[in-house]
Amino acid sequence: MKNLEDLEKKINSELTTKINKSEIKHNQIYLEIDKDDLVNICLFLKTNNDTKFKQLIDITVVDYPERNQRFEVVYLFLSHEFNQRLVLKYTISEHEVIPSLTSVFPSSNWMEREVFDMYGVSFKDHPDLRRILTDYGFEGHPLRKDFPLTGHSEVRYSEDKKKVISEPVKLEQNFRNFDYESPWEGTKYIKDEIDNNDKKN
Amino acid sequence: MTKKIKNLNLNFGPQHPAAHGVLRLILELDGEVVEKADPHIGLLHRGTEKLIENKTYMQAVPYFDRLDYVAPMNQEHAFALAVEKILKIDVPIRAQFIRVIFCEIGRILSHILNVTTQAMDVGALTPTLWGFEEREKLMGFYERVSGSRLHANYFRAGGVHQDLPQGLEEDIANFCESFPKIINDLESLLTDNRIFKQRNVDIGVVTKQDALDYSFSGVMIRGSGVPWDLRKSQPYDCYENLDFKIPVGKNGDCYDRYLCRIEEMKESVFIIKQCLSKIEKGPIKSLDGKISPPPKKEIKQSMEALIHHFKLFTEGYRVPKDEIYTAVEAPKGEFGVYLISDGSSKPYKCKIRAPGFSHLQSMDYLIKGHMLADVPAVLGSLDIVFGEVDR
Repeated sequence: MKNLEDLEKKINSELTTKINKSEIKHNQIYLEIDKDDLVNICLFLKTNNDTKFKQLIDITVVDYPERNQRFEVVYLFLSHEFNQRLVLKYTISEHEVIPSLTSVFPSSNWMEREVFDMYGVSFKDHPDLRRILTDYGFEGHPLRKDFPLTGHSEVRYSEDKKKVISEPVKLEQNFRNFDYESPWEGTKYIKDEIDNNDKKN
Repeated sequence: MTKKIKNLNLNFGPQHPAAHGVLRLILELDGEVVEKADPHIGLLHRGTEKLIENKTYMQAVPYFDRLDYVAPMNQEHAFALAVEKILKIDVPIRAQFIRVIFCEIGRILSHILNVTTQAMDVGALTPTLWGFEEREKLMGFYERVSGSRLHANYFRAGGVHQDLPQGLEEDIANFCESFPKIINDLESLLTDNRIFKQRNVDIGVVTKQDALDYSFSGVMIRGSGVPWDLRKSQPYDCYENLDFKIPVGKNGDCYDRYLCRIEEMKESVFIIKQCLSKIEKGPIKSLDGKISPPPKKEIKQSMEALIHHFKLFTEGYRVPKDEIYTAVEAPKGEFGVYLISDGSSKPYKCKIRAPGFSHLQSMDYLIKGHMLADVPAVLGSLDIVFGEVDR
């Protein structure tokens, strides 16, 4: 469907209970679902004649370490035919295993590997779940918020051992994070404005 | 007596001139036929996304230059658009034209590099030498406008960093006159070249369905006959006011993709010409002092400008809580930024969607059953740059 509102209504009426929340923002549809419905919903979005979201653009995770359900998994879809974009989301806790999309979209293979590598989220039924971007033998998941920016280990060529070795990071100067954000919150009317904006979002 | 034949495992790269960077490709060969290809990537992984989370919005821009380093400004464009949409600010019309001009220059830069090195991979050296002379001129334009040939750091949320220097418009116009001849020269070397065709026609064929399934975009999907270009379908900046065509391939092989790139270069020249004829004097960045830094002259006289300058270069501008996915048609395909802001002056998350990542993923599917010598040809036509694949 070419019209965004119609498309959203159509998806909501077809999937009814499976959609927890849906909204239109920035000309895109944002859907919140449950983890277990993922494969079914994706199959529907891909094959239905009114949606035709035939391309998976990307998969990613957002880390909110302070929340109970720590990770928010995000899928981005594109429908060439109707020129629409859709964002699918659900939240999981740290050690949850989530279903793999490789049976529906072959391209999700590397995207899921990247999510696994960067956030440590495991996928069920993934054919080849290995690290992808980090070094062989890397430990930790770099894009988690609790992973330090400077990392844990560094590599160098050791003249004695005649090979590349890995050792804990030693910095001449510690990483300095200057907090420039003013503690002064501004006059009352500005503060109210910010609070209002936050509420709206 | 039966003889046991074992497949040969071959390490292609990471230091191999035809690997277009640091790609380690583990090939399983049966004789000279490739049975399986397993690309190992990440040798150029620098943690760009992590770094961006720790920088202000303005400091994040240079990281985008370092992704696809042959067309830096196209990447910056995606980030600038994402921030602009969240901030809900308008870009002055002159800035839009400047950005489109330099995006198209970036497209030509990238396509020259790809077409000529692809030719080199299959044995032709001359196109590289001819093409790189033109790239040098284009990088000269980059330098004159931003101060550096490669890592421009030129686009900002709300416009561009500074105005075009005097005489640049004329020089770009002159380039647009002389460049089509060079494209023709390149074509005369390659398009009907027997060896070039033998090496590229019917190699690495992608069907329409597979192009969709494997998340292809850009030339990779157009080469297979899908007329899809974000500049047309989801226009950003002033693209909707410009007239240009989208070249589409028929067979989806390496040769069609080469032809698409050649045609796209011609279209880019056409777009630049239109921009140059339409561009007018005016502001080049948003006039909102809370987002764009004030001119140097004002800082000396106006207290408010001084405060704005100080706040922008220490704290940076704050971006309200929101999330957005924005994509642009980069030379290599759909380059997207999924940005989550939390109301502070640093992005909470910035996921970069690089076209090369999904293209390289299909290597196994593309190369299965081909000869070893076809690996560089296919790799060349995928247009891989490791800056963006590894991020």
